[in-house]
Amino acid sequence: MNSSDEKIQVSLRDVRKSFGALEVIKGVSMDVRKGEVVCIIGPSGSGKSTLLRCINALVPIDQGSIDVCGIQVNDPDLDELELRRRIGMVFQSYNLFPHRTALQNVMMAPIHVLKQDKAEVEQRARALLEKVRLSEKADAFPGELSGGQQQRVAIARSLAMRPEVMMFDEVTAALDPETVNEVLFAIRELAEDGMTCVLVTHEMAFAREIADRVYFTDRGVIVEYGPPAELFGNPQDPRTQDFLGQIL
Amino acid sequence: MNVFQEFFYWLYDAYGLNFIVFYDSWEFNRYLVGLTNTLYLCVICVVLSVVVGIAGAWLQTSRFAPLRWVVYCYIQFFRNTPPLAQMYFFYFGLGSVMPRITNDMGLQEPMFGNFEWAIIALTLFAGAFNVEIFRSGIEAVPKTTVEAASALGYSRWKAYVHIIFPLALRICMPGLTNNLVNLLKTTSIAYAIGVAEVLYVANQIWAVEFNVPEMMNLVLVTYLVIVSSFVWMMSRITKRMRIPGYNW
Repeated sequence: MNSSDEKIQVSLRDVRKSFGALEVIKGVSMDVRKGEVVCIIGPSGSGKSTLLRCINALVPIDQGSIDVCGIQVNDPDLDELELRRRIGMVFQSYNLFPHRTALQNVMMAPIHVLKQDKAEVEQRARALLEKVRLSEKADAFPGELSGGQQQRVAIARSLAMRPEVMMFDEVTAALDPETVNEVLFAIRELAEDGMTCVLVTHEMAFAREIADRVYFTDRGVIVEYGPPAELFGNPQDPRTQDFLGQIL
Repeated sequence: MNVFQEFFYWLYDAYGLNFIVFYDSWEFNRYLVGLTNTLYLCVICVVLSVVVGIAGAWLQTSRFAPLRWVVYCYIQFFRNTPPLAQMYFFYFGLGSVMPRITNDMGLQEPMFGNFEWAIIALTLFAGAFNVEIFRSGIEAVPKTTVEAASALGYSRWKAYVHIIFPLALRICMPGLTNNLVNLLKTTSIAYAIGVAEVLYVANQIWAVEFNVPEMMNLVLVTYLVIVSSFVWMMSRITKRMRIPGYNW
């Protein structure tokens, strides 16, 4: 998993992004190789979520370049569909489509967007729901599911597009403590299957356990990064020490 | 005369209550024509005004500003002027400058008759309100839900068709019902340009029979039945579309 000869799937070079006068990302560079699990941690407002949104072009960047699986994200003629079928994203607030059942939520995008065969998609969707342990909830509507269940459906929905990279934006932040684990379990399985994962998270124990590399960001810059054992065990920068001191 | 007709004739004979349409089959057929025309106006204008509403709301989300201005001006014009004045504007104003066509008998006739003008005027009148109603529904769909659709590769149009519109429709059903009820009642002003709808026909009958109170009661009861049936149908549709776990 950690082998440095795997090809780079996500590459950021000196990415900058401002909202009005406020510069939220001030020159971020990072590489994520195939099969790697990368966690981004840091205080609120340090630009973590914006960074993920930049990577899948939900937010356009001002400067620098982003490359995802050979697609230049900052290209003005970007084919958004080509990008988004390669990179899945799971959100803090689940964002399931409330008017469709769990199974339909998983099936919708491959049918509507990729125009795949319905029967084949349904088979895959059922398998994905089984993978996140929600087979018996296939016909339930999002409003009838708990937060943890909704989030697992959201993961399955994203996986149905067969992405090469998955991004998780504080996916456990809105959950109560008991249900956090069921979602983390699903992500862990995914990582073990070799999926490239980029996570923004406040679950330090989980980041420490699952990540190949942890990035600490503060005020729009990467303060330091390294393997979790080093970053958590022996942080170099005072800002990192301060943050970890408060949170651990 | 059948029993029904005999009863109303007796009512007239004994108490002077002249519900002539219920015992005289010629007048009955005349009223039936009026009722049919009213129902035609109702059905056609409801359908067309909903189409106008959906199309207008979609155009309002356009990135092309002049298109948004056109829709905005349309709404302002039709919302802020009386429907009867609009009806006159179309029939007498536009109707007089429209090109005339030659019919099968070789005679010149107007391109649109009064029935067509009534449909155009009523559709545009109710459509303007429908645009605003659908727009409010679209704006009430959470931005995060739309973002999730984008992240799954949905184009703007596909997200609108499969996610945004179905949710917006549910949100705006109460407002839509209200406006369409208003439209059903406003069809009676087609009377002013000589469309033989219920009120017009009633007037023709009472002008001969001098039974104004009876005919007016009949007209009001007719509208009461039409509108309450429509409201019942709309609430059935609203209930059927209800999403489990949500209030809308």
